[in-house]
Amino acid sequence: MPETPLPGQERFVAPIDETPLQETGVAIDDSQPPENQWKEAWKLLRRNWIFWISAAILSVVALMVVWPSLFTDLDPTRADLSRSLEGPSSGHIAGFNRQGYDVFARTVHGARASVLVGFLCTLVVVVIGVITGALAGFYGGFVDTIFSRLADVFFAIPLLLGAIVGLSVVNNLFPDRGFWAAIIAVVIALGAFAWPQITRITRGAVLEVKNLEFIDAAKAIGVTRRRNLIRHVVPNSLAPVIVTSTVSLGIFIVAEATLSFLGIGLPFGIVSWGNDIAAAQVQVRSGNRMGVMYWPAGALALTALGFILLGDAVSDALDPKRRSR
Amino acid sequence: MSPTPLLEVKDLHVGFVTDRKKVVPAVRGASLTVYPGQTVAIVGESGSGKSTTAHAIIDLLPGNGRVTDGRILFEGQDVAGADKKDILALRGSSVGLVPQDPMSNLNPLIRVGKQIKEALEANGVAKGKEADARVVELLQEAGLPDAERRAQQFPHEFSGGMRQRALIAMGLAARPKLLIADEPTSALDVTVQKQILDHLDHLTDTLGFAVLLITHDLGLAAERADHLVVMYKGQVVESGPALEILQDPRHPYSQRLVSSAPSLASQRLSAQDHRAEVREQAVAAAEQVAAEVASHDDAFGQGTSTVVEVKNLTKVFTIRGSRPGSATDFTAVDDVSFAIRRGTTTAIVGESGSGKSTVARMVLGLLDPTSGTVEFDGVDITTLKSTTQQLAFRRQMQPVFQNPFASLDPRYTIYRSIEEPLYTHKIGSKAEREAKIRDLLDKVSLPPAVMRRYPSELSGGQRQRVAIARALALDPEVVICDEAVSALDVLVQAQILNLLNDLQAELGLSYLFITHDLAVVRQIADDVVVMQEGRVVEHAPATQLFADPREAYTRALLDAIPGGSIPLGGAR
Repeated sequence: MPETPLPGQERFVAPIDETPLQETGVAIDDSQPPENQWKEAWKLLRRNWIFWISAAILSVVALMVVWPSLFTDLDPTRADLSRSLEGPSSGHIAGFNRQGYDVFARTVHGARASVLVGFLCTLVVVVIGVITGALAGFYGGFVDTIFSRLADVFFAIPLLLGAIVGLSVVNNLFPDRGFWAAIIAVVIALGAFAWPQITRITRGAVLEVKNLEFIDAAKAIGVTRRRNLIRHVVPNSLAPVIVTSTVSLGIFIVAEATLSFLGIGLPFGIVSWGNDIAAAQVQVRSGNRMGVMYWPAGALALTALGFILLGDAVSDALDPKRRSR
Repeated sequence: MSPTPLLEVKDLHVGFVTDRKKVVPAVRGASLTVYPGQTVAIVGESGSGKSTTAHAIIDLLPGNGRVTDGRILFEGQDVAGADKKDILALRGSSVGLVPQDPMSNLNPLIRVGKQIKEALEANGVAKGKEADARVVELLQEAGLPDAERRAQQFPHEFSGGMRQRALIAMGLAARPKLLIADEPTSALDVTVQKQILDHLDHLTDTLGFAVLLITHDLGLAAERADHLVVMYKGQVVESGPALEILQDPRHPYSQRLVSSAPSLASQRLSAQDHRAEVREQAVAAAEQVAAEVASHDDAFGQGTSTVVEVKNLTKVFTIRGSRPGSATDFTAVDDVSFAIRRGTTTAIVGESGSGKSTVARMVLGLLDPTSGTVEFDGVDITTLKSTTQQLAFRRQMQPVFQNPFASLDPRYTIYRSIEEPLYTHKIGSKAEREAKIRDLLDKVSLPPAVMRRYPSELSGGQRQRVAIARALALDPEVVICDEAVSALDVLVQAQILNLLNDLQAELGLSYLFITHDLAVVRQIADDVVVMQEGRVVEHAPATQLFADPREAYTRALLDAIPGGSIPLGGAR
C-alpha cells in the first residue's frame, strides 16, 4: 500500500446529511393499502391493452348470452321461407338464410349454447383436473401412479376423435334430447378427454409448491397433511391452471362448433353457431350470399379470440418472473 | 510522479427506466479510481448500487438501465459515451468479468473448454488448435488440476468452486488489465471461498492486472483490497485506504457496518461478553419454565435440564442409480449425538452437504431417522404415535427457516400466518388470538400495522421477524433456526441476532442454530458442533472452540473467515 494516497484515492467521507441513515428493517409504509398476489396481478392486467380488447369482446358476448333481446327482438326459431336467402334490409341487417331465419337473430341467440358449453366444459375439466393433479402431486407414490397413468391413457386419445365417438353413441341411444340434455352430453364428451391436461399442470405446480419452506413450516406447526394440501398447496398452485383454463375455454367453444358442424354436437333444434355454420355450407359451395356464414363464423372466431387473448393477458399478469422482487 | 489511473469513474449517475417512463435513480454521483495492479473493493448492502456501478463500467446494464450522467474513463478514454464497437473491443480484451453466480453463468449444454475457447476467439486472441492449447493453460492457471480432461467436461460435472475457477479463467482469457469480480464467492462455502480468493490474489501478483471487487462482506473486502469504496443508497458515502476505514470509520453508515460485521475483532470481543450475559438470564428463565413443566402432570415432557438429546442419529438416503436396481445408499447423517441444555444455544456448523440441515429436519420431526433417537425433554419423539401427543410435541419445538422469501405463504396476510399455529392448536378465542398476535409483533419489534400486509410487501429482515413471531406463537421451549440469518444483509443480520438473543434471555428459549457461518456463531452460540460429510468432527463450548480448535477441519473453517486476521486499532 502506498504511504500517501494516489490522486483520486484520497480519504473521502460524504457529508452526512446528503445520505441520511435510515432505520434498517422495521418501518412499514402504511399509506398504501395491502397488496396480495391477485391485487398485484390486477394492477398489471389493468395496464395491458390486450386485456381491455378481450374484456370488450367478452362483455358483448356476455350480454348476448344473458340478455339476447337487448340486441334483437326477432325470434331465431321463426322461419319465413318466402324470404329465403334475402339480402340485408331494414330491421334485418344480416339478411336471411336458406330456411328464411334471420341471420343476425340466430347469431345473437347462438351465443348462449356455445358459451354455456365452453364454461361447463372448463368447470368440469378444472374440477377433475385439479383434484386428480393435486392428489397425484401431493401424495405421490401409488396415488400418483394411478392418476398419472389414467391421465396418460385419456391424453393419448385425441380430443375431437374421442368426443365424436362418444357423441355418436349417445346420439344413437337418445336421439331426442332437450336443450340441457344436449348441452350436458357435449360437455361430458369433451370434458372426458380434456381433463388430463389440467391434471398434468396441477401436478407439476403442486410438486413445485409442496417443497417450499412454508409447507414445512406449516407441518412443523402441526397442520395436518390434508389441511396443508387444501389451505396452502392448492391455492398456491392455481395460477397456471387459471391461465390454461382461460385459453381452453375458447378452444372448447370452437370444439363444440366443430362437433355441431359435423352434425353430432348439438341437435339442429338448438340455435348454435356450429349448427348455423353447418347449414351455411351450401352458400360456401355456391358462393352465393356468403354473409349467411360470415356472421356465425365471425362471432365464433371473435369469442374464441377473446378468451385466448384473456388467457394471454392473465398469464402475463400471473407469471411470477414478471413480478417484482 | 504518480502513475496514471487505469479506471476513473467520475460523478456517475445510473437510472432505471420504469414502465411509466420514469427514471428511478440507482447510482447517484459515484466516483472511484483504480490504478494498475491494485485491488479496489466496493462494499455495500443489497440495493446499494454496487453491482450497477460495476455493470455500467462494461456497459452490461439491464435493458432499462441508463447512464444518465457522469464519465467513465478507461485509460483516459471515455466509455460512457463510446459507441457499441469500441465497448465491444473493450469488454473482454481490456476488462474481464467474473459474475456472481457460478451455477447459472455457464451454458450447461456446452463443454467448459469450448466456452473459454469462445471467449478467446471472440476477442481475437487465438484461433483453432492454438486456442485449444491456450484453454488448457488458462484452466491450469485458474488452479484446476487435470485441466486437459476438465476442458472436455460439461458444467454439471464441476463443483461450485471449480465452476468459479472456470469463470475466472474465462474472465482472464484475453489478459485484461482490469478484472471485475462481482460477488465472486458469495455462493460458495467459506473454505472454497478462501482458496479462490487466495488464488486470485496470487494471479494478481503474477499477472499484474487490477481487480475491482464487489462484495457485501466488509471483512472480505478489507482483507483483499488496498482501497475501499463504501456505497449506501446509490451513493459513495466513504472511500479511502482499507485499513484506515476499518480502524476509523467516519461516516455513520461505515461505522454501523464495521460494528455489525460479525467477523471483525471488535465485534468478536463484545459478542462474547454479551453472549455470557444473555446466557445467564436465559438459563435462569429456563429453570423457571422447567420447574413449571415438572410440576404439571399434563405438560409434555419432564422438565429435565437437557431439553433436547440426540443420540446416534443416522439418516441414509437411497439414490437411484444409472440402471434400475443399481440404487446406492448415501449416508447423509452418520452417528450424530449432542445435547442442548435448557436456555442455551447449540450451533451446528458445516459446509454445504455436511448434513446439518438433515439433522435439523430430523430433530423437528419432519424427517424420520434411519436409526438413532431424538429425545425432547425425556420423551423420544420418533416413537410418538397418537396425534394429540404429536400436536403437544409440535407446540414445544418450532422452526425458523433460512429463506424469508419462501417460509411464509404468499397468499396469507401476516395476521393469518401468525394466527395459523394458534388456530391449529385451538388456542383462545378470536379476540384472545388477536391480542396474542399484537403481543408477538411487539416482541419482534414490528408495528401492528404489519398485520394486514402480505409477505411480498415486507423486506427480508421484516419477514424473518414475522417468521420468528410465528415460531413463538405457541410458546415453544426450543426454536430451531435453520440458516435463519444467512440470507440477510449484515446490518439486518446483526439486528435479528440481537433479537434472538433478547428473546432467549427473556423467555428462556433454547436454540438449535444451524449455520455455515462460523463468524455468526460467536454471537449466539454456547456450544458448537462442527459437522463434515455427515459426521461430527468436533463438539466443544464456543469459547473453547474459537480459542483452541482441536481438529484440522475446524481450524481450516476458522482460518477461512474473511477479515479475521485484520488488526483493529483503537476501535474497541
